[in-house]
Amino acid sequence: MIISKTGIQHKITPARIGRALWSLVRGVIIIGICFTILQPLFVKLSVSFMSEQDLLDSAVKYIPKHFTLGNYKLALKGMDYWNSLSRTFLLSAGVALLQLCSCMLTAYGFARFRFPFKKLLFGCVILMLIVPPQIIMLPLYMHFRFFDVFGLIKAFNHGNPISLLKTYWPFVIQAATCTGFKNGLFIYMLRQFFKGMPRELEEAAFMDGCNKFRTFIRIILPSSVPMMVTIFLFGFVWQWLDSFYTSMYLAQMQSKVIPVALDSLAASVYKEYNNFGGSMNFVSPGFVSMMNNTGTILAIVPLIILYIICQRYFVEGIERSGIVG
Amino acid sequence: MKNKKGYFKIVQGKWRLSLVGREALAGLLFASPFLIGFFFLFLPMVIKSISFSFSNMTVEQNGYVLTKAAKNGFEHYIRALTIDPDFNRQLLESVVSMFTKVPIILIFSFFTANLLNQKFHGRTVARSILFLPVILTSGVVLGLESSDLLLSTLSPAELSGTDFSTILNVSGLLLKYTDLPASAINFLANAVNGIYGIIIASGVQILIFLAGLQSISPSLYEASSMEGATAWENFWKITFPMISPLILVNSIYTIIDSFTSGSNEMMKMIKNTIFGEVKYGLGSAKAWIYFICIGVILLIVGGIISRHVFYNDER
Repeated sequence: MIISKTGIQHKITPARIGRALWSLVRGVIIIGICFTILQPLFVKLSVSFMSEQDLLDSAVKYIPKHFTLGNYKLALKGMDYWNSLSRTFLLSAGVALLQLCSCMLTAYGFARFRFPFKKLLFGCVILMLIVPPQIIMLPLYMHFRFFDVFGLIKAFNHGNPISLLKTYWPFVIQAATCTGFKNGLFIYMLRQFFKGMPRELEEAAFMDGCNKFRTFIRIILPSSVPMMVTIFLFGFVWQWLDSFYTSMYLAQMQSKVIPVALDSLAASVYKEYNNFGGSMNFVSPGFVSMMNNTGTILAIVPLIILYIICQRYFVEGIERSGIVG
Repeated sequence: MKNKKGYFKIVQGKWRLSLVGREALAGLLFASPFLIGFFFLFLPMVIKSISFSFSNMTVEQNGYVLTKAAKNGFEHYIRALTIDPDFNRQLLESVVSMFTKVPIILIFSFFTANLLNQKFHGRTVARSILFLPVILTSGVVLGLESSDLLLSTLSPAELSGTDFSTILNVSGLLLKYTDLPASAINFLANAVNGIYGIIIASGVQILIFLAGLQSISPSLYEASSMEGATAWENFWKITFPMISPLILVNSIYTIIDSFTSGSNEMMKMIKNTIFGEVKYGLGSAKAWIYFICIGVILLIVGGIISRHVFYNDER
């Protein structure tokens, strides 16, 4: 006999035992999966506090013996952390905002209006979704290396095209024209979302003499704020860690953004070491690993904070988007 | 025959937009960011990429010059397919690994979504943790993780791999005492060893399945339970058909994801050919062969699955 909190007596039946066993198994599976996801994070965290001799000590696995903050000092300096943090923040927020605007307009157009070749054009959105960006990587690089719009820039710049590499312009152009990172996915999600909204509100607004753009601003925008936040956050996070476009456009830039800085962290810290003493001639894998882990922790801490604050937008966003229905 | 719809009308001898026409114009204006991006940036890039793959490129100070490649322009394709020692092997490997990984990811995410759909304590926490990889293991982090020697020896995949093969040797036992074919056992062992890769690749899929599960009306289950159906029957007669459109969505998403992620060997190879070895034409040709493979596989898989998909409302 089990007496529960409410004082009701329960008999132990096979069904109850089965259910208890099942919830035990379920708990074990879920904890196992969560552990698998979190373990690398913990490893990174613990490695970032170790000194190099701990890495070589086989007795040390997760808890550092020689606790040190030296890695953080080196990584903060090597990545020029605070400056690149603010730069990355500006870039990510700007790109996310811009592509949110352009994707929303486009998605609303596809969701609500009938126009010629609509199906074909929406097929183009899907095509953009499945063409891997690596295919157009080289032409994009060349395009922004020798940038020119209908020969206009050549005319004003003594016949020379200008290079937009090492600037943020490629990101701005791509975000404004919905050709940025995973923008096809955003358009698809937003379109499904707009399709699920009731038409009555817009019709009422139209009856009251609101034109289409004002209807969009006044009626649609306020009622889709949660979805907008979701798209903004996804754009922000993916831009934050994106190494594909940043390494292509900004790799040689002096003022680095976080993905680029993180990629070259170990090498750049080592160069500085060499300038000091000149005694270290090879890059030890332990040192590289330490720097990489510390740098990764530094790079993702802002994202983790963001995720903890806004997690319901991330998690519920896809459910709300109506990919399902 | 678009004019039959009447985008225009004649008012006082002048052509004016009709109501339908105005709607079409508004739609096109709303979609204009995408239209401009697609027709002035994306499509030209795709076409350029094709032309790069058929030509040799020399970069000069003010631009680049394309000259037609040898063998009617097909030189790079022929080189990639017949001369390059790694390309064919790599291509086959990524296709094979896709065919082993995608079913496992689908099954795993479907199973996990079913777990998460049940009511238990800490469900929201579990859901947030499962979604974490979507955010954290993309872009630069994944690249660093896969290149890190030390971390790979500490990763759970490596731990479980050594544990299973040395201590328990489950696949050996299975081979000895069951009649399962060796390939099936290999498949299972690979799945278990690669569990970390599978888990971090299935965040979005879990959420999509979960959303689908939650949108199934409970009245269906109530009705069938009243008729005396067991949970097992409920699963196969209600849950599975209702979720089948999402199996299509998820399998296509997973295929694209596994082919185009930055950690894919093929993608690394293409990038290295273009930017590392500075062979623009060859790299573009490789990229196109790869993309054609993806496209064909997507078409086949999509065609097969969509035949078996059940749509509830028959739209």
